[in-house]
Amino acid sequence: MKVYLDNGATTKVDERVVKKMLPYFTEKFGNASSLHSFGQQAKLDLDEARNLIRKKLNADKIIFTSGGSESDNLAIKGIAYSKGKGHIITSKIEHHAVEESCKSLEKQGFQVTYIDVDKEGFVNPKNIEKAIRKDTILVTIMTANNEIGTIQDIEEIGKICKEKNIIFHTDAVQTFTKIPIDMKKMNINLVSISAHKIHGPKGIGALAIYNAEIKRLIDGGPQEFELRAGTENIPGIRGLAEAVKISNDKDVKQMEKLRDRLIDGIFKKIDNVKLNGSRKKRLCNNVNVCFKGIEGEAIGAHLDAKGIASSSGSACSSKSLKPSHVLKAIGLSDADANGCLRLTLSKYTTEKEIDYALESLEGIIKFLRRISPYGL
Amino acid sequence: MAYNEMYSKELIRRFRNPKNYGEIKNADGIGKVGNKTCGDVMWLFIKVKKDKIEKIKFKTFGCPAAISVSDMVCDLAKGKTINEAKKITNKLIAEKLQGLPKLKYHCSLLGEQALHKAIEDYKKKNGR
Repeated sequence: MKVYLDNGATTKVDERVVKKMLPYFTEKFGNASSLHSFGQQAKLDLDEARNLIRKKLNADKIIFTSGGSESDNLAIKGIAYSKGKGHIITSKIEHHAVEESCKSLEKQGFQVTYIDVDKEGFVNPKNIEKAIRKDTILVTIMTANNEIGTIQDIEEIGKICKEKNIIFHTDAVQTFTKIPIDMKKMNINLVSISAHKIHGPKGIGALAIYNAEIKRLIDGGPQEFELRAGTENIPGIRGLAEAVKISNDKDVKQMEKLRDRLIDGIFKKIDNVKLNGSRKKRLCNNVNVCFKGIEGEAIGAHLDAKGIASSSGSACSSKSLKPSHVLKAIGLSDADANGCLRLTLSKYTTEKEIDYALESLEGIIKFLRRISPYGL
Repeated sequence: MAYNEMYSKELIRRFRNPKNYGEIKNADGIGKVGNKTCGDVMWLFIKVKKDKIEKIKFKTFGCPAAISVSDMVCDLAKGKTINEAKKITNKLIAEKLQGLPKLKYHCSLLGEQALHKAIEDYKKKNGR
């Protein structure tokens, strides 16, 4: 049996998305900047896709990018460069694209405050309020964490930012189409999204903008409201729009149900387990658990042998040989962080697959604990 | 990288089905080592008879490479005299595992160190 439980990394493209994209390679291949009929067809279809996503988020503008990382870079550096100097507030558990953008800006003279999170991974909005200074230009906090699934109170953070007249960016790559966002209502100025996490193609994403001025990072032609040069990736853009169109609440509910079956099953079958992140305010498809006394990559390799795809925050599985910064930020010891496993579901995940994963996990954990010196 | 691309066939075979794990009660020597960088921990237990390593078992917390190294070092040391066993190097362990990924090379050191520590422990206990 082959079971894919690494949908936080990427997802299978929906067949309907592929079908929607195909004509844009061989039939409607025009460049949206061209004035002839091929180009104008492309322009129409591009605008249609843009509108659909704009409405979904209630944004002013949608800038298509190559994906979540570019969107994060464009949002953070785009604001920083348009202001020239100032102070940025972010959290200690952001995606690398946000974290590294902030670090890069620090080297260029900007100042950054990294807000702590509590043991479930929550950013307390009050701590953001306290960190705001006269020269604060941007607050960037992810909607939900990609590793532990904790959903932040972005509405409250939006309120604070609006009161203080500060731009608020959120990386919604993991939550887009799973948790609704209304940018105008929630006072969010910039939202990063990506297609390949929602059964769309890789290499396409967007930055949604509401009431904010950014400076572009890619210079060239006047595409994307002069905010991102380069011929538009129309097949990708049509694919992204189709993936958004297909998404629905029923799928979210189904993932939630199976997520809970997986969490409950793990606790029932296996001792000395800790759930990372919040049980209640949790992304519908995320399970992240720490199995005491054993190492995550070893669990992952055994699961892989049984056809199950997972991911781990352990030091061994990372190139830096350091455990995940998120797991460290929620207070896990190095040893516990090394024993963590992430399983992420999709709309294609079935009950049968979850039960197979549970059964496999039980055996693997038992075996690895027999080998382990920590003997549990 | 996929596990089966990253690791050799021999390493995966041993990781999935190690033979030498366990504990030796009343071991003659115990070697406990850990790697501060990645958190791996390896314990080796030896039973020595007439200067020969008669029995050797491991307990390891770590990745597939660390577990395979543990299993391999046991096989390499089993039946050897103390002096022969002391000559077992991390290079030999890695070779016998048909190589280790660069990033995991430190795991082979853990095997060498645990064995040498177990031997030292045995010598100390026996006043040698």
